[in-house]
Amino acid sequence: MGEPVEIKGQPASGGIASGPLIVLGGHRQKRISSGDPKIELSDLHKALAAAAIDLAALISRVDKDGGEILAFQLAFLEDDTLKSAVEALIMGGSAADEAWRKVVDDETGGYETADDEYFRGRAADIREVRDRVLRYLDGSSEATGAPGAILIGEELGPTLFLETDWSGGGGVLLTAGSSSSHVAMLARARGVPMIVGLGNINLNGHREAIIDGETGIAVLSPSRAERQRFGAKLQELNDRTIREAEFRYRQGMTGDGERIEVMINVASADEVDHIDISTCDGIGLMRTEFLFRDGAPLPDEEQQYQAYRKLLLWAGNKPVTIRTLDAGGDKPIGGITPESERNPFLGKRGIRLTLAQPKIFMSQLRALARAAVHGRLKVMIPMVTVPAEIAETARLVDMAVRELDAEGIANARPPIGIMVEVPAAAIAPELFAEAAFFSIGSNDLTQYVTAAARDEASVAALNDPAHPAVLKLIAAVAEFGRKRSIPVSLCGDMASEPCYLEALLTAGIKSLSVAPSAIARVKAALTAIRIGR
Amino acid sequence: MLASVRITHDVGLHARPSVKLTKLAKSFASAIELAQASEGPWIDAKSIVKVMAMKVKKDTTLYFRARGDDAEQAVTALVSLVEGDFEDTHANG
Repeated sequence: MGEPVEIKGQPASGGIASGPLIVLGGHRQKRISSGDPKIELSDLHKALAAAAIDLAALISRVDKDGGEILAFQLAFLEDDTLKSAVEALIMGGSAADEAWRKVVDDETGGYETADDEYFRGRAADIREVRDRVLRYLDGSSEATGAPGAILIGEELGPTLFLETDWSGGGGVLLTAGSSSSHVAMLARARGVPMIVGLGNINLNGHREAIIDGETGIAVLSPSRAERQRFGAKLQELNDRTIREAEFRYRQGMTGDGERIEVMINVASADEVDHIDISTCDGIGLMRTEFLFRDGAPLPDEEQQYQAYRKLLLWAGNKPVTIRTLDAGGDKPIGGITPESERNPFLGKRGIRLTLAQPKIFMSQLRALARAAVHGRLKVMIPMVTVPAEIAETARLVDMAVRELDAEGIANARPPIGIMVEVPAAAIAPELFAEAAFFSIGSNDLTQYVTAAARDEASVAALNDPAHPAVLKLIAAVAEFGRKRSIPVSLCGDMASEPCYLEALLTAGIKSLSVAPSAIARVKAALTAIRIGR
Repeated sequence: MLASVRITHDVGLHARPSVKLTKLAKSFASAIELAQASEGPWIDAKSIVKVMAMKVKKDTTLYFRARGDDAEQAVTALVSLVEGDFEDTHANG
């Protein structure tokens, strides 16, 4: 155990966690070979068995799709051909880790360069299972998959995040990473503390950490005094969580009885497995980028339909707002988004990109029209700048409906609304009166109005969603919506932060879409606000 | 024991079908081999690494051969798995 070391990064998801450190990915301790083939063989067998137990345990926890991905990895661990080849190298004098790495890479090297995109996609699975075994061999993570651990590494993929059991606590420390990454969104949705942008960390000898996702401070090898300090804060947080929990099942309401809708933001259809529909007023934003994962094959119409349908069935008679693919900017997707843009945030992203890729867009619109028969679906288009983008989307939706009708496939035409996030739309909402609804995307709106990126630490202070200019625009959009009976809601991160709620309500916002982990917190905070009209 | 069957699965012998095939093969004691032509080359049908590396596409004919006490049952079961498009055999699967 080393001396206590305090490190600081950018907060990406709030909460406090403490636990054993598990090193992710490439930065591993160097394994020292025993030099004895018998010991190396035994180490190999132990590592394979331990990794297989991990995977089998995970399979029993995740849903069917996740289970199938993991079953493929498990089959690799149980492949005798692969094992014999590794054993032969070890008997020839190789160290267990070198032999395992060499055989797996040799046998599957063709995947990375395969002309079939599906095989290229599987390369990531194989790397993941290869590294899982290597971690057991070098002992850097004997508790892989153990609930309550702190994962530390350069980056963390969404798949690994979803595979991890967070029910027993735990957190994430990333040396790189961004608070607006998908994995950070998932962490906020699940209430898993996360700090990103920690820079180089010397992990030498550290086995435990305490992390505070609100301040962005973590302590490696914490002393007893530090444990007590964080313990007290954790206790306070827990008390607050318990106090707020009683509001979870109540309707969103201000202290003076004004009903406020509280909906949720979700990034994948599986997320709702953990959420009781009676705690919210529906889904205010489903991000679909997650279906279009970087490096993975594009989801076909059927896969998309199944995901959308699942959410609609879950929501019952409550509305579900699904946003069409919002790739580009901070969410590049290989093969879809342009690669050589100098400034992707001002480039071909959101609706600009999908209208330029009609094949991809049509598969999504068809899937949405099919799903629309299962509930109250609303379709939302991102980055709208001119009214023609709504008209063109409406034309494509009509086309999808006609195609499906002609094919005899059940469908319904969902209403089309827009994200209000480009200042052009927020300044002149009257241009977009044909939209079925407005949803204010305060993250991008703030970043464009203040000309300050929120994942750029040096200007992060300027990126203030409570800047009077941003609030003025929000109030103007809410007022226009009220006059013209166009529903207005707000789905940016500020809706989940109690400190902004009074300003939002004062600006006339009556509908919020928040991170699922913030439902109780937001409802509790609303009761303390009186807007007194 | 030798038999052949045409694969009609949409994506060919990709991850999910390969996992099912090797799992089923491993449930038999016999040595079971798989090829894309009757003259081979033959690979171990119990090895996911070898099966995936064949990169079998849709509409390819697969050949199975087995040697051992349960060779016949093994080949029959594998052929019907491919014929049934790798669907779960149990209604509730």
